Amino acid sequence: MNYLEHIGKYFLMLGQVFKRPQKRKVFWEMLMREIEDLGLKSLGIIMFISFFIGGVVAIQTALSVDNPLIPKYLIGFATKRSMILEFGPTFTSIILAGKVGSYIASSMGTMRVTEQIDALEVMGVNSLNYLVLPKTIATLFFYPLLVLIAMFLGITGGWAAGLLTDLFYSVDYIDGIRLEFDPYYIKYALIKTVVFAFVIATVPAYHGYYVKGGSLEVGRASTAAVVWTSVTIITLNYFLTQMLLG
Amino acid sequence: MIEVNNLHKSFGEAHILKGISTTFEKGKTNMIIGQSGSGKTVFLKCLLGLHKHEQGTISFDGRIYSELDINQKRALRTEIGMLFQGSALFDSLTVEENIMFPLKMFANQTKKEMLYNVNSVLERVNLVGANPKFPAELSGGMQKRVAIARAIVMNPKYLFCDEPNSGLDPQTATVIDNLIQEITRENGIITVVNSHDMNSVMEIGEKIVFLKDGKKAWEGTNKEIFITENQAVINFVYSSNLFKKVREVYLNESKL
Repeated sequence: MNYLEHIGKYFLMLGQVFKRPQKRKVFWEMLMREIEDLGLKSLGIIMFISFFIGGVVAIQTALSVDNPLIPKYLIGFATKRSMILEFGPTFTSIILAGKVGSYIASSMGTMRVTEQIDALEVMGVNSLNYLVLPKTIATLFFYPLLVLIAMFLGITGGWAAGLLTDLFYSVDYIDGIRLEFDPYYIKYALIKTVVFAFVIATVPAYHGYYVKGGSLEVGRASTAAVVWTSVTIITLNYFLTQMLLG
Repeated sequence: MIEVNNLHKSFGEAHILKGISTTFEKGKTNMIIGQSGSGKTVFLKCLLGLHKHEQGTISFDGRIYSELDINQKRALRTEIGMLFQGSALFDSLTVEENIMFPLKMFANQTKKEMLYNVNSVLERVNLVGANPKFPAELSGGMQKRVAIARAIVMNPKYLFCDEPNSGLDPQTATVIDNLIQEITRENGIITVVNSHDMNSVMEIGEKIVFLKDGKKAWEGTNKEIFITENQAVINFVYSSNLFKKVREVYLNESKL
Protein backbone atom coordinates (compact mmCIF):
# COMPACT_ATOMS: atom_id res chain seq x y z
CA MET A 1 0.00 0.00 0.00
CA ASN A 2 1.46 3.38 -0.91
CA TYR A 3 1.65 6.43 1.35
CA LEU A 4 -1.31 8.19 -0.30
CA GLU A 5 -3.53 5.17 0.33
CA HIS A 6 -2.48 5.14 4.00
CA ILE A 7 -3.21 8.85 4.34
CA GLY A 8 -6.62 8.40 2.69
CA LYS A 9 -7.44 5.44 4.92
CA TYR A 10 -6.34 7.44 7.98
CA PHE A 11 -8.76 10.28 7.15
CA LEU A 12 -11.58 7.80 6.45
CA MET A 13 -10.87 6.31 9.88
CA LEU A 14 -11.18 9.78 11.44
CA GLY A 15 -14.59 10.09 9.76
CA GLN A 16 -15.76 7.07 11.74
CA VAL A 17 -14.04 8.20 14.96
CA PHE A 18 -15.68 11.63 15.11
CA LYS A 19 -19.29 10.54 15.37
CA ARG A 20 -21.63 10.97 18.28
CA PRO A 21 -20.97 8.23 20.87
CA GLN A 22 -23.61 5.49 20.76
CA LYS A 23 -24.03 5.52 24.53
CA ARG A 24 -22.94 8.62 26.45
CA LYS A 25 -22.51 6.83 29.78
CA VAL A 26 -20.24 4.19 28.27
CA PHE A 27 -18.25 6.94 26.53
CA TRP A 28 -17.68 8.78 29.85
CA GLU A 29 -16.54 5.58 31.51
CA MET A 30 -14.07 4.97 28.67
CA LEU A 31 -12.90 8.60 28.78
CA MET A 32 -12.11 8.37 32.51
CA ARG A 33 -10.24 5.12 31.92
CA GLU A 34 -8.22 6.66 29.08
CA ILE A 35 -7.37 9.77 31.12
CA GLU A 36 -5.91 7.44 33.70
CA ASP A 37 -4.11 5.15 31.21
CA LEU A 38 -2.83 7.77 28.78
CA GLY A 39 -2.53 10.80 31.06
CA LEU A 40 -2.11 10.13 34.76
CA LYS A 41 0.15 7.13 34.21
CA SER A 42 2.48 9.32 32.11
CA LEU A 43 2.73 12.03 34.73
CA GLY A 44 5.63 10.44 36.66
CA ILE A 45 7.96 9.96 33.70
CA ILE A 46 7.22 13.44 32.32
CA MET A 47 7.90 15.05 35.72
CA PHE A 48 11.14 13.12 36.14
CA ILE A 49 12.51 13.82 32.65
CA SER A 50 11.51 17.50 32.51
CA PHE A 51 13.06 18.28 35.92
CA PHE A 52 16.42 16.80 34.95
CA ILE A 53 16.41 18.17 31.39
CA GLY A 54 15.78 21.65 32.84
CA GLY A 55 18.77 21.13 35.13
CA VAL A 56 21.00 19.98 32.27
CA VAL A 57 19.97 22.91 30.03
CA ALA A 58 20.79 25.36 32.83
CA ILE A 59 24.18 23.74 33.58
CA GLN A 60 25.16 23.63 29.90
CA THR A 61 24.14 27.25 29.41
CA ALA A 62 26.08 28.30 32.53
CA LEU A 63 29.19 26.46 31.33
CA SER A 64 28.90 28.10 27.89
CA VAL A 65 28.49 31.59 29.38
CA ASP A 66 31.97 32.07 30.91
CA ASN A 67 32.51 35.57 29.50
CA PRO A 68 32.16 38.04 32.43
CA LEU A 69 30.52 40.58 30.09
CA ILE A 70 27.56 38.29 29.48
CA PRO A 71 25.05 38.68 32.30
CA LYS A 72 24.27 35.56 34.35
CA TYR A 73 20.53 36.13 34.18
CA LEU A 74 20.76 34.85 30.57
CA ILE A 75 21.00 31.32 32.02
CA GLY A 76 17.51 31.58 33.49
CA PHE A 77 16.27 33.35 30.37
CA ALA A 78 17.65 30.64 28.03
CA THR A 79 16.34 27.80 30.19
CA LYS A 80 12.88 29.37 30.33
CA ARG A 81 12.79 29.89 26.56
CA SER A 82 14.02 26.34 25.83
CA MET A 83 11.52 24.78 28.22
CA ILE A 84 8.52 26.80 27.02
CA LEU A 85 9.18 26.90 23.29
CA GLU A 86 10.65 23.49 22.55
CA PHE A 87 11.08 21.11 25.45
CA GLY A 88 7.58 21.54 26.86
CA PRO A 89 5.51 20.88 23.75
CA THR A 90 7.81 19.01 21.36
CA PHE A 91 10.16 16.95 23.50
CA THR A 92 7.36 15.94 25.87
CA SER A 93 5.24 14.91 22.88
CA ILE A 94 8.06 12.78 21.48
CA ILE A 95 8.38 11.04 24.86
CA LEU A 96 4.61 10.48 24.91
CA ALA A 97 4.69 9.24 21.30
CA GLY A 98 7.04 6.50 22.50
CA LYS A 99 5.26 5.63 25.70
CA VAL A 100 1.61 6.14 24.83
CA GLY A 101 1.90 5.53 21.07
CA SER A 102 3.29 2.02 21.52
CA TYR A 103 0.63 1.30 24.17
CA ILE A 104 -2.24 2.40 21.91
CA ALA A 105 -0.93 0.55 18.84
CA SER A 106 -0.17 -2.68 20.68
CA SER A 107 -3.39 -2.76 22.72
CA MET A 108 -5.55 -2.10 19.67
CA GLY A 109 -3.49 -4.46 17.53
CA THR A 110 -3.98 -7.21 20.11
CA MET A 111 -7.71 -6.50 20.15
CA ARG A 112 -7.70 -6.86 16.35
CA VAL A 113 -5.81 -10.17 16.19
CA THR A 114 -7.80 -11.70 19.05
CA GLU A 115 -11.06 -10.75 17.26
CA GLN A 116 -12.18 -8.38 20.05
CA ILE A 117 -12.70 -5.61 17.48
CA ASP A 118 -14.73 -8.02 15.32
CA ALA A 119 -16.78 -8.84 18.43
CA LEU A 120 -17.56 -5.13 18.90
CA GLU A 121 -18.56 -4.76 15.24
CA VAL A 122 -20.77 -7.86 15.33
CA MET A 123 -22.56 -6.43 18.38
CA GLY A 124 -23.33 -3.30 16.35
CA VAL A 125 -20.78 -1.07 18.08
CA ASN A 126 -18.88 1.50 16.00
CA SER A 127 -15.52 0.15 17.16
CA LEU A 128 -13.48 3.14 15.96
CA ASN A 129 -15.74 5.59 17.72
CA TYR A 130 -15.83 3.47 20.88
CA LEU A 131 -12.07 2.87 21.05
CA VAL A 132 -10.41 5.92 19.50
CA LEU A 133 -12.66 8.88 20.38
CA PRO A 134 -12.10 8.62 24.18
CA LYS A 135 -8.34 8.31 23.62
CA THR A 136 -8.33 11.40 21.41
CA ILE A 137 -10.42 13.50 23.79
CA ALA A 138 -8.32 12.33 26.76
CA THR A 139 -5.05 13.35 25.11
CA LEU A 140 -6.45 16.65 23.76
CA PHE A 141 -7.52 17.76 27.22
CA PHE A 142 -4.87 16.20 29.41
CA TYR A 143 -1.62 16.72 27.44
CA PRO A 144 -1.69 20.54 27.60
CA LEU A 145 -1.79 20.11 31.38
CA LEU A 146 1.15 17.68 31.22
CA VAL A 147 3.10 20.14 29.11
CA LEU A 148 2.45 23.00 31.55
CA ILE A 149 3.72 20.78 34.37
CA ALA A 150 6.77 19.85 32.24
CA MET A 151 7.55 23.54 31.60
CA PHE A 152 7.25 24.44 35.28
CA LEU A 153 9.35 21.49 36.45
CA GLY A 154 11.97 22.07 33.75
CA ILE A 155 12.45 25.67 34.86
CA THR A 156 12.48 24.53 38.50
CA GLY A 157 15.05 21.87 37.61
CA GLY A 158 17.30 24.59 36.17
CA TRP A 159 17.00 26.61 39.36
CA ALA A 160 17.75 23.52 41.52
CA ALA A 161 20.83 22.78 39.39
CA GLY A 162 22.13 26.27 40.12
CA LEU A 163 21.64 25.75 43.84
CA LEU A 164 23.42 22.39 43.78
CA THR A 165 26.36 23.33 41.53
CA ASP A 166 26.96 26.97 42.47
CA LEU A 167 27.40 27.76 38.77
CA PHE A 168 25.01 30.72 39.05
CA TYR A 169 23.07 32.59 41.72
CA SER A 170 19.42 31.91 42.39
CA VAL A 171 18.57 35.62 42.14
CA ASP A 172 20.15 35.87 38.65
CA TYR A 173 18.25 32.83 37.47
CA ILE A 174 14.92 34.20 38.71
CA ASP A 175 15.67 37.56 37.08
CA GLY A 176 16.25 35.70 33.82
CA ILE A 177 12.96 33.85 34.12
CA ARG A 178 11.09 37.14 34.63
CA LEU A 179 12.88 38.89 31.79
CA GLU A 180 10.78 39.58 28.66
CA PHE A 181 8.06 37.15 29.63
CA ASP A 182 5.64 36.93 26.72
CA PRO A 183 2.41 34.99 27.45
CA TYR A 184 2.03 34.34 23.70
CA TYR A 185 4.83 31.78 23.98
CA ILE A 186 2.71 29.74 26.38
CA LYS A 187 -0.21 29.98 23.96
CA TYR A 188 2.07 28.94 21.10
CA ALA A 189 3.29 25.93 23.11
CA LEU A 190 -0.25 24.87 24.00
CA ILE A 191 -1.48 25.15 20.39
CA LYS A 192 1.39 22.89 19.32
CA THR A 193 0.61 20.46 22.16
CA VAL A 194 -3.04 20.14 21.13
CA VAL A 195 -2.01 19.30 17.55
CA PHE A 196 0.61 16.81 18.77
CA ALA A 197 -1.86 15.23 21.22
CA PHE A 198 -4.23 14.57 18.32
CA VAL A 199 -1.40 12.89 16.40
CA ILE A 200 -0.32 10.83 19.45
CA ALA A 201 -3.84 9.40 19.83
CA THR A 202 -4.84 8.84 16.21
CA VAL A 203 -1.69 7.75 14.32
CA PRO A 204 -0.92 4.79 16.65
CA ALA A 205 -4.65 3.94 16.70
CA TYR A 206 -4.56 3.72 12.90
CA HIS A 207 -1.54 1.38 13.00
CA GLY A 208 -3.08 -0.81 15.69
CA TYR A 209 -6.61 -0.94 14.29
CA TYR A 210 -5.62 -2.12 10.83
CA VAL A 211 -3.11 -4.79 11.91
CA LYS A 212 -3.33 -8.05 9.97
CA GLY A 213 -1.69 -11.23 11.21
CA GLY A 214 -0.47 -12.21 14.66
CA SER A 215 1.72 -11.09 17.53
CA LEU A 216 4.73 -10.36 15.29
CA GLU A 217 2.65 -7.94 13.21
CA VAL A 218 1.36 -6.29 16.41
CA GLY A 219 4.99 -5.66 17.43
CA ARG A 220 5.78 -4.25 13.99
CA ALA A 221 2.70 -2.04 14.09
CA SER A 222 3.75 -0.74 17.49
CA THR A 223 7.22 0.17 16.18
CA ALA A 224 5.77 1.75 13.02
CA ALA A 225 3.33 3.72 15.15
CA VAL A 226 6.11 5.26 17.26
CA VAL A 227 8.22 6.05 14.19
CA TRP A 228 5.39 7.66 12.21
CA THR A 229 4.02 9.55 15.19
CA SER A 230 7.47 11.00 15.87
CA VAL A 231 8.03 11.87 12.19
CA THR A 232 4.61 13.55 12.01
CA ILE A 233 5.26 15.53 15.21
CA ILE A 234 8.67 16.75 14.04
CA THR A 235 7.31 17.72 10.62
CA LEU A 236 4.28 19.51 12.05
CA ASN A 237 6.53 21.21 14.59
CA TYR A 238 8.46 22.85 11.74
CA PHE A 239 5.33 24.12 9.99
CA LEU A 240 3.61 25.24 13.19
CA THR A 241 6.71 27.16 14.32
CA GLN A 242 6.87 28.85 10.94
CA MET A 243 3.18 29.70 11.05
CA LEU A 244 2.95 30.82 14.68
CA LEU A 245 6.32 32.50 15.24
CA GLY A 246 7.57 33.26 11.73
CA MET B 1 -34.95 -17.60 8.24
CA ILE B 2 -31.55 -16.63 6.81
CA GLU B 3 -31.48 -16.94 3.04
CA VAL B 4 -28.22 -16.81 1.14
CA ASN B 5 -28.46 -16.45 -2.61
CA ASN B 6 -25.59 -16.75 -5.11
CA LEU B 7 -22.95 -15.34 -2.73
CA HIS B 8 -19.60 -14.37 -4.25
CA LYS B 9 -16.55 -13.05 -2.44
CA SER B 10 -13.02 -12.39 -3.71
CA PHE B 11 -9.81 -11.08 -2.16
CA GLY B 12 -7.89 -9.51 -5.02
CA GLU B 13 -7.40 -12.25 -7.63
CA ALA B 14 -8.49 -15.03 -5.26
CA HIS B 15 -12.15 -15.97 -5.79
CA ILE B 16 -13.06 -17.49 -2.40
CA LEU B 17 -16.85 -17.92 -2.45
CA LYS B 18 -18.27 -18.96 -5.81
CA GLY B 19 -22.01 -18.57 -5.79
CA ILE B 20 -23.20 -20.15 -2.53
CA SER B 21 -26.97 -20.45 -2.02
CA THR B 22 -28.59 -21.98 1.04
CA THR B 23 -31.07 -21.33 3.85
CA PHE B 24 -30.80 -21.57 7.64
CA GLU B 25 -34.00 -22.23 9.52
CA LYS B 26 -35.35 -21.16 12.90
CA GLY B 27 -34.87 -23.46 15.88
CA LYS B 28 -32.21 -25.52 14.12
CA THR B 29 -28.49 -25.92 14.59
CA ASN B 30 -27.00 -25.42 11.15
CA MET B 31 -23.43 -26.54 10.54
CA ILE B 32 -20.99 -25.34 7.90
CA ILE B 33 -18.26 -27.88 7.27
CA GLY B 34 -15.42 -28.21 4.81
CA GLN B 35 -11.67 -28.53 4.50
CA SER B 36 -9.31 -25.75 5.55
CA GLY B 37 -9.35 -23.12 2.81
CA SER B 38 -12.78 -24.15 1.55
CA GLY B 39 -14.19 -20.70 2.47
CA LYS B 40 -16.06 -21.54 5.71
CA THR B 41 -14.70 -18.64 7.76
CA VAL B 42 -15.09 -16.17 4.89
CA PHE B 43 -18.67 -17.39 4.43
CA LEU B 44 -19.40 -16.90 8.14
CA LYS B 45 -17.80 -13.43 8.14
CA CYS B 46 -19.90 -12.49 5.09
CA LEU B 47 -23.02 -13.60 6.98
CA LEU B 48 -21.95 -11.41 9.91
CA GLY B 49 -21.23 -8.44 7.66
CA LEU B 50 -17.54 -8.41 8.61
CA HIS B 51 -16.65 -9.05 4.95
CA LYS B 52 -18.45 -7.24 2.15
CA HIS B 53 -19.57 -9.61 -0.60
CA GLU B 54 -19.42 -8.57 -4.25
CA GLN B 55 -22.40 -10.44 -5.59
CA GLY B 56 -25.49 -12.18 -4.24
CA THR B 57 -27.76 -11.47 -1.28
CA ILE B 58 -28.02 -12.39 2.39
CA SER B 59 -31.47 -11.94 3.85
CA PHE B 60 -32.33 -12.01 7.58
CA ASP B 61 -36.08 -12.68 7.86
CA GLY B 62 -36.67 -10.73 4.66
CA ARG B 63 -34.17 -7.93 5.39
CA ILE B 64 -31.52 -7.94 2.66
CA TYR B 65 -28.29 -6.99 4.42
CA SER B 66 -26.63 -5.13 1.54
CA GLU B 67 -29.73 -2.93 1.10
CA LEU B 68 -29.77 -1.72 4.73
CA ASP B 69 -28.28 1.64 5.70
CA ILE B 70 -25.56 1.79 8.37
CA ASN B 71 -28.03 2.38 11.24
CA GLN B 72 -30.28 -0.48 10.11
CA LYS B 73 -27.22 -2.71 9.85
CA ARG B 74 -26.18 -1.78 13.40
CA ALA B 75 -29.75 -2.43 14.60
CA LEU B 76 -29.73 -5.84 12.90
CA ARG B 77 -26.41 -6.65 14.53
CA THR B 78 -27.93 -6.20 17.96
CA GLU B 79 -30.08 -9.22 17.04
CA ILE B 80 -26.96 -11.28 16.38
CA GLY B 81 -24.92 -13.20 18.95
CA MET B 82 -21.49 -14.44 18.02
CA LEU B 83 -19.18 -16.96 19.59
CA PHE B 84 -15.67 -16.45 18.23
CA GLN B 85 -13.08 -19.19 17.87
CA GLY B 86 -10.81 -17.60 20.49
CA SER B 87 -13.79 -16.39 22.59
CA ALA B 88 -12.84 -12.70 21.94
CA LEU B 89 -13.62 -11.66 25.49
CA PHE B 90 -12.45 -8.16 26.41
CA ASP B 91 -9.27 -8.73 28.43
CA SER B 92 -9.56 -5.61 30.55
CA LEU B 93 -13.12 -6.37 31.69
CA THR B 94 -14.33 -8.90 34.24
CA VAL B 95 -16.73 -11.71 33.33
CA GLU B 96 -19.62 -9.61 34.63
CA GLU B 97 -18.53 -6.52 32.69
CA ASN B 98 -18.01 -8.57 29.52
CA ILE B 99 -21.53 -9.97 29.64
CA MET B 100 -23.01 -6.65 30.70
CA PHE B 101 -21.31 -4.80 27.83
CA PRO B 102 -23.98 -5.32 25.11
CA LEU B 103 -26.70 -4.51 27.67
CA LYS B 104 -24.95 -1.25 28.60
CA MET B 105 -24.59 -0.32 24.95
CA PHE B 106 -28.01 -1.24 23.62
CA ALA B 107 -30.53 -2.01 26.35
CA ASN B 108 -32.13 0.67 28.46
CA GLN B 109 -31.96 -1.24 31.71
CA THR B 110 -31.15 -0.27 35.27
CA LYS B 111 -28.01 -1.63 36.86
CA LYS B 112 -30.15 -4.02 38.91
CA GLU B 113 -31.90 -5.36 35.81
CA MET B 114 -28.60 -5.77 33.97
CA LEU B 115 -27.11 -7.64 36.92
CA TYR B 116 -30.15 -9.92 37.04
CA ASN B 117 -29.75 -10.72 33.32
CA VAL B 118 -26.01 -11.31 33.69
CA ASN B 119 -26.58 -13.72 36.57
CA SER B 120 -29.34 -15.51 34.66
CA VAL B 121 -27.12 -16.23 31.66
CA LEU B 122 -24.21 -17.17 33.90
CA GLU B 123 -26.51 -19.69 35.58
CA ARG B 124 -27.57 -20.93 32.12
CA VAL B 125 -23.95 -21.67 31.19
CA ASN B 126 -23.17 -23.13 34.64
CA LEU B 127 -20.79 -20.39 35.73
CA VAL B 128 -22.52 -19.02 38.80
CA GLY B 129 -20.15 -16.86 40.86
CA ALA B 130 -17.63 -16.22 38.09
CA ASN B 131 -18.65 -12.51 37.92
CA PRO B 132 -15.47 -10.90 39.33
CA LYS B 133 -12.97 -13.04 37.42
CA PHE B 134 -10.98 -11.76 34.45
CA PRO B 135 -10.83 -13.83 31.22
CA ALA B 136 -7.15 -14.65 31.83
CA GLU B 137 -8.16 -16.41 35.08
CA LEU B 138 -10.49 -18.84 33.27
CA SER B 139 -9.86 -22.11 31.42
CA GLY B 140 -10.54 -22.33 27.66
CA GLY B 141 -13.87 -24.09 28.22
CA MET B 142 -14.98 -21.51 30.80
CA GLN B 143 -14.00 -18.67 28.44
CA LYS B 144 -16.16 -20.27 25.73
CA ARG B 145 -19.09 -20.47 28.15
CA VAL B 146 -18.65 -16.81 29.13
CA ALA B 147 -18.56 -15.95 25.41
CA ILE B 148 -21.82 -17.91 24.93
CA ALA B 149 -23.33 -16.04 27.88
CA ARG B 150 -22.32 -12.71 26.32
CA ALA B 151 -23.70 -13.83 22.95
CA ILE B 152 -27.12 -14.75 24.36
CA VAL B 153 -27.62 -12.02 26.96
CA MET B 154 -29.43 -9.78 24.46
CA ASN B 155 -31.76 -12.67 23.48
CA PRO B 156 -30.49 -12.75 19.89
CA LYS B 157 -32.52 -14.08 16.96
CA TYR B 158 -29.38 -15.36 15.26
CA LEU B 159 -26.43 -17.11 16.90
CA PHE B 160 -23.18 -17.68 14.98
CA CYS B 161 -20.36 -19.83 16.28
CA ASP B 162 -16.91 -20.10 14.72
CA GLU B 163 -15.18 -23.36 15.65
CA PRO B 164 -16.73 -23.48 19.14
CA ASN B 165 -14.81 -26.65 20.08
CA SER B 166 -11.34 -25.76 18.91
CA GLY B 167 -8.75 -26.31 21.61
CA LEU B 168 -11.16 -28.07 23.97
CA ASP B 169 -11.02 -31.59 25.34
CA PRO B 170 -13.78 -33.97 24.08
CA GLN B 171 -15.79 -33.78 27.32
CA THR B 172 -15.81 -29.97 27.41
CA ALA B 173 -16.52 -29.91 23.66
CA THR B 174 -19.64 -32.02 24.25
CA VAL B 175 -20.76 -29.64 27.02
CA ILE B 176 -20.40 -26.68 24.64
CA ASP B 177 -22.22 -28.55 21.81
CA ASN B 178 -25.13 -29.46 24.05
CA LEU B 179 -25.32 -25.92 25.39
CA ILE B 180 -25.51 -24.49 21.86
CA GLN B 181 -28.21 -26.95 20.86
CA GLU B 182 -30.26 -26.40 24.03
CA ILE B 183 -30.13 -22.61 23.66
CA THR B 184 -31.14 -22.90 20.00
CA ARG B 185 -34.18 -25.01 20.85
CA GLU B 186 -35.20 -23.15 24.02
CA ASN B 187 -35.09 -19.73 22.39
CA GLY B 188 -36.16 -20.78 18.90
CA ILE B 189 -33.22 -18.99 17.30
CA ILE B 190 -31.26 -19.63 14.11
CA THR B 191 -27.84 -21.00 14.94
CA VAL B 192 -25.05 -21.32 12.39
CA VAL B 193 -21.94 -23.19 13.49
CA ASN B 194 -18.71 -23.33 11.55
CA SER B 195 -16.94 -26.52 12.61
CA HIS B 196 -14.19 -28.98 11.87
CA ASP B 197 -15.28 -31.29 14.63
CA MET B 198 -17.07 -34.24 13.03
CA ASN B 199 -18.24 -35.45 16.39
CA SER B 200 -20.26 -32.28 16.98
CA VAL B 201 -21.46 -32.28 13.36
CA MET B 202 -22.95 -35.75 13.88
CA GLU B 203 -24.31 -34.84 17.32
CA ILE B 204 -25.99 -31.49 16.81
CA GLY B 205 -25.97 -30.77 13.05
CA GLU B 206 -29.65 -30.61 12.16
CA LYS B 207 -28.68 -29.11 8.84
CA ILE B 208 -25.21 -29.47 7.37
CA VAL B 209 -23.76 -27.43 4.50
CA PHE B 210 -20.58 -28.86 3.04
CA LEU B 211 -18.31 -26.40 1.23
CA LYS B 212 -15.60 -27.38 -1.21
CA ASP B 213 -13.41 -24.89 -3.08
CA GLY B 214 -15.78 -22.04 -2.30
CA LYS B 215 -18.89 -23.84 -3.56
CA LYS B 216 -21.68 -25.67 -1.79
CA ALA B 217 -20.90 -29.30 -2.60
CA TRP B 218 -23.65 -30.91 -0.48
CA GLU B 219 -26.31 -30.15 2.11
CA GLY B 220 -28.47 -32.36 4.29
CA THR B 221 -29.10 -33.51 7.86
CA ASN B 222 -26.90 -35.44 10.27
CA LYS B 223 -28.87 -38.55 9.35
CA GLU B 224 -28.50 -38.04 5.61
CA ILE B 225 -24.74 -37.55 5.90
CA PHE B 226 -24.44 -41.26 6.85
CA ILE B 227 -26.11 -42.45 3.67
CA THR B 228 -24.87 -39.88 1.17
CA GLU B 229 -23.08 -41.12 -1.91
CA ASN B 230 -21.43 -37.75 -2.51
CA GLN B 231 -17.75 -38.69 -2.87
CA ALA B 232 -16.43 -35.30 -1.66
CA VAL B 233 -18.44 -35.60 1.58
CA ILE B 234 -17.38 -39.23 2.06
CA ASN B 235 -13.71 -38.32 1.54
CA PHE B 236 -13.93 -35.46 4.04
CA VAL B 237 -16.22 -36.80 6.77
CA TYR B 238 -15.14 -40.44 6.71
CA SER B 239 -11.41 -39.87 6.35
CA SER B 240 -10.74 -41.47 9.76
CA ASN B 241 -11.09 -45.22 10.33
CA LEU B 242 -13.33 -44.59 13.32
CA PHE B 243 -15.91 -42.68 11.31
CA LYS B 244 -15.68 -45.23 8.46
CA LYS B 245 -16.62 -47.93 10.96
CA VAL B 246 -19.41 -45.79 12.38
CA ARG B 247 -20.82 -45.31 8.88
CA GLU B 248 -20.60 -49.04 8.12
CA VAL B 249 -22.43 -49.88 11.35
CA TYR B 250 -25.10 -47.26 10.62
CA LEU B 251 -25.62 -48.52 7.06
CA ASN B 252 -25.81 -52.15 8.22
CA GLU B 253 -28.31 -51.31 10.93
CA SER B 254 -30.38 -49.35 8.38
CA LYS B 255 -30.50 -52.40 6.06
CA LEU B 256 -31.68 -54.60 8.91
